[in-house]
Amino acid sequence: MAVLGLYNYFIFAVLLMIGLYCILARTNIIKSLIGLTIFQGAVFLLYISTDKIDGGTAPIIQEGVENQIFANPLPQVLILTAIVVGISTTALALAVTVRIKEAYGTIEEDKIQEMDREL
Amino acid sequence: MIFSEADTILYALVIPLVGAIAIALAGRWPNVRETVTLTTAVCLAVVVWSLVPSLQAGGRPELQLGEMLPGLRIAFKVEPLGMLFAALASGLWIVNSVYSIGYMRGNNEKNQTRFYICFAIALAAAVGVAFSANLLTLFIFYEVLTISTYPLVAHKGDEATVRSARVYMGILLGTSIGLLLPAMIWTYSIAGTLDFTPGGILEGKIAEPLVGLLLLMFAFGIGKAALMPIHRWLPAAMVAPTPVSALLHAVAVVKAGVFTVTKVFVYIFGIDFLFNQPSHRLIIWFACFTIVVSSFIALRQTNLKRLLAYSTIGQLSYVVLAASVLKPLSEVGASMHMMAHAFGKITLFFAAGAIYVASKKTEITDMRGIGRRMPWTMAAFAVGALSMIGVPPTGGFISKWYILGGAIQDDNYLALATLVASTLLNAAYFLPFIFAAFLYEEDVKPVKPHGEAPWPMVAALTFTALLTFAFFLFHQPIADLEAQILVK
Amino acid sequence: MTLYDQLPALVVVVLLFTAPITYMLRLHGFPWFSAMAAVVTSFVVACSLAATTIGGETIIYEMGGWPAPYGIVLHIDALSALMAMLITGASSAALIFGAKSLADEVGEETAPAFFAAWLLCTAGLVGMVITGDAFNIFVFMEISSLSTYVLISAGPDRRALISTYRYIVMGTVGATFYLIGVGFLYMVTGTLNTADLAERVGQVEDIRLVLVAAGFVSVGLAIKAAVFPLHSWMPNAYTFAPNAVTVFIAAASTKVSLYVLMRVDYAIFQNSIANHDIQLTFFLVPLGVLALFAGSMLAIYEKNLKRLLAYSSVAQIGYIALGISMTSVAGLTGAIVHMFNHGLIKGGMFMAVACLALRYRTVNVANLAGAGKAMPWTMAAFVVGGLGLIGVPLTPGFISKWYLVLAALDEGWLGALLVAIILISSLLAVIYVWKAIEVAYFGEPRSNAVPVTEEAPLVMLIPTWIVVLAGIWIALDTSVTVGLASIAAKTLLGVEL
Repeated sequence: MAVLGLYNYFIFAVLLMIGLYCILARTNIIKSLIGLTIFQGAVFLLYISTDKIDGGTAPIIQEGVENQIFANPLPQVLILTAIVVGISTTALALAVTVRIKEAYGTIEEDKIQEMDREL
Repeated sequence: MIFSEADTILYALVIPLVGAIAIALAGRWPNVRETVTLTTAVCLAVVVWSLVPSLQAGGRPELQLGEMLPGLRIAFKVEPLGMLFAALASGLWIVNSVYSIGYMRGNNEKNQTRFYICFAIALAAAVGVAFSANLLTLFIFYEVLTISTYPLVAHKGDEATVRSARVYMGILLGTSIGLLLPAMIWTYSIAGTLDFTPGGILEGKIAEPLVGLLLLMFAFGIGKAALMPIHRWLPAAMVAPTPVSALLHAVAVVKAGVFTVTKVFVYIFGIDFLFNQPSHRLIIWFACFTIVVSSFIALRQTNLKRLLAYSTIGQLSYVVLAASVLKPLSEVGASMHMMAHAFGKITLFFAAGAIYVASKKTEITDMRGIGRRMPWTMAAFAVGALSMIGVPPTGGFISKWYILGGAIQDDNYLALATLVASTLLNAAYFLPFIFAAFLYEEDVKPVKPHGEAPWPMVAALTFTALLTFAFFLFHQPIADLEAQILVK
Repeated sequence: MTLYDQLPALVVVVLLFTAPITYMLRLHGFPWFSAMAAVVTSFVVACSLAATTIGGETIIYEMGGWPAPYGIVLHIDALSALMAMLITGASSAALIFGAKSLADEVGEETAPAFFAAWLLCTAGLVGMVITGDAFNIFVFMEISSLSTYVLISAGPDRRALISTYRYIVMGTVGATFYLIGVGFLYMVTGTLNTADLAERVGQVEDIRLVLVAAGFVSVGLAIKAAVFPLHSWMPNAYTFAPNAVTVFIAAASTKVSLYVLMRVDYAIFQNSIANHDIQLTFFLVPLGVLALFAGSMLAIYEKNLKRLLAYSSVAQIGYIALGISMTSVAGLTGAIVHMFNHGLIKGGMFMAVACLALRYRTVNVANLAGAGKAMPWTMAAFVVGGLGLIGVPLTPGFISKWYLVLAALDEGWLGALLVAIILISSLLAVIYVWKAIEVAYFGEPRSNAVPVTEEAPLVMLIPTWIVVLAGIWIALDTSVTVGLASIAAKTLLGVEL
């Protein structure tokens, strides 16, 4: 049961591997960027999972409520930062992809490699 | 004295460098450039020689430039061995410059400015090697010497030359970085210093068989000593113009090698310490092997400069052999032989260059009868050859006398036998050539009739031939000075 | 509080605040000028920090006045000061040097964005070395990486784009690995402050998670640092970036990741995991040795001069990795000194290459024949740099190799083997450096080539020579670099100063 209770960690590992596989196996730039996003998403899940406490609520101090169990807010804040970083990375990568398409007329890495070799 | 002695050391290092810059600036006007070279050479010699009297009186001038690493200074200290080397290199630079002017103009060589600049830098490096107070400083100048001579060796610039120059550079840099540098750092890590100290710095800090390993790393790491099997760079360097072969590959560079070997034996290991280590015999064997084998290879050479190169390899091993016998007489012999060989070999190279400029001949087989066209040159060549063989009244006899004396002190019959055999072999490859040059009829006609080479060249080689006799007659003060190196 | 107390924050803040100003004020020539003014200011501040820390003092600066471990602190000791000096120095030198070449390669239109990215990149790298918070390192790492991607993609060749894309993928994977590692550390300790982490990791009983964290952090940083065989992004990124950008990132960026690797590993894992020194050795020594050989061999067969130098960087990073792996004072000193020295050497060499590129319009080794005569000052700078890579005395490379060999000699027979490997790779460096030098000085120019007769402009030559001479100076007077490095090494190892 304890093992099953850690299911979100298993999902983290599975997502991480799916993402990594996509990055390595796909020659299409957009597809491998999707892999990269999944890869980063897995890490968000890892961080979020760590703050969950059974019966915990939002960390807001209320009058008259004593001994309240809070979820840890710090990982949430951290992962908010990481999500922002992830979005910026994706945006930048997509911008570069647009320019690659303009310059080469394709977004298939193997074709681009062939075109560069001819130079 | 106007300058303190420390200043004098600094000037000795700076003068050739300033000279190099001045040569570069004067590059457009060949006459000015040559004047600058000669002036620099004379100034350097005066400055270096001005240190001799204080050294004879027992002084050891010192100069410290800075601390490179904690406990490791860039410093200079003049002692008899280094004095001898510096005096030799700076003095012969004057003669060689005169000769170079004749050679380079007579041959219409290109890139003459680069040639003179690199020459001046090489001399600065040689003086730096000579005056170094510790192994680190020595190593720095040793590498500068290697790098500054590369453009000189590759001077001709065609593919074969560059290939030879690469061998030259590759072996010298390779052995120094691959063996000498680790040997030095190892020494530093066990002794905590790299200063050249009378009596050595390693006594009691390292034991067999590691002493043997360290000794071999030093002996082969100092590639400029041309101990077989790392001698290949010296024949390769013969593609250089002859003045380079004469001053650098008979005097400055190769002597820097054997000088360093001697210095390491005397001041790093200490001869008393090393004498009690059985592994010093290894070096004796390598040196004897080199002497005999190089003589046999010289016998089979047809190119005159390559023959001289192999003769140099053998002669350098005389010095290594003398140093590794580790007896007082032989250590003095080592330093004497550096000098005697320098006079003899520079004469031989000068003669070879003169023949090339006058007749464009490089092969021994083509040179029959050449003594009739160029009597002065061939006479000087004969004097140089006799000095190599060690016949009195030439300088080679004196140094061989000391080396033999050391070998007898040690009852070292291997060294004795090698010396005798090599004398015979030297005679065997020099004498037939000299006889043929004087006595036979010319069988290969030159392209156009010629006499002697341009006069600066003939003057230079005559002068060095005379020096060979002078050394025989007036060697005693030098021997007295060198005897000081063993005083703790 | 006086301004002096705020210096630690200023070194980053100046850069961060100037970035938007640079982007918004679209005046002719202004972006370059404001960027240059900011990095030079930052460099001066970094030097003053170094002067404070050379005595062994550590500056702790609480951001916003929040005390550790609740707030984020800046933690500046000898090591971080040295690195900050390297980064801001390289950035200033590259900017001043690149005034002309960047105007050439980056258009007027894109200049504001480009120089803003430059400032952010410098700020991110400096932030990484001075922060005392593991997560903050990640944030700064991503600031610097994102802006580096922008800088590289500004390269004139279209291959710059595909190189940028590959770098984005590899860089993000590396940074994410680091993030995962930090996440695990937070799970077991509940803190992100490095000093606090170091303490609490030691109290963790189940060491497995810490080991996993160590693995993720090390591999992630090794990717960012281009440790062989994770270097594949690096050669092309260096080759196709604008020349001045190459100067900057080659001098500084991979070193910073190595710095973080060293810092995190020594401060956090070395004390808490039993036998971690052996684990580190087994991880880094093989990689370092492979890097030395593979990098040098690839450089020997490379025809493009910029990529040749990039492969040489792969090899040189191998030296630093070896130094880190030896877990001794001498080894660490060597590694740290080599980070700094190699930054100077490579920076200077890439500057010389940029000068060549300006005149020859190509950096193929074969086309540079005759450069020794046409551009004597440029080639002289290249030669001095090359001798530094080989490790010839009087060049900074000699100092670092001296310490590395000294450290290796203490390691017994394995150390003797390492000495041999270090020396063999120095000899391989002779081959690839000499290849370029020989063509430039002794090669005959091709008959169809346009002859180059002009030396590079003084605005490029002077900064190049300042860097080269600075290199020679620190090879002769090692008191600052070796001084800071040995204090840093002792601090990392917890040895009494």
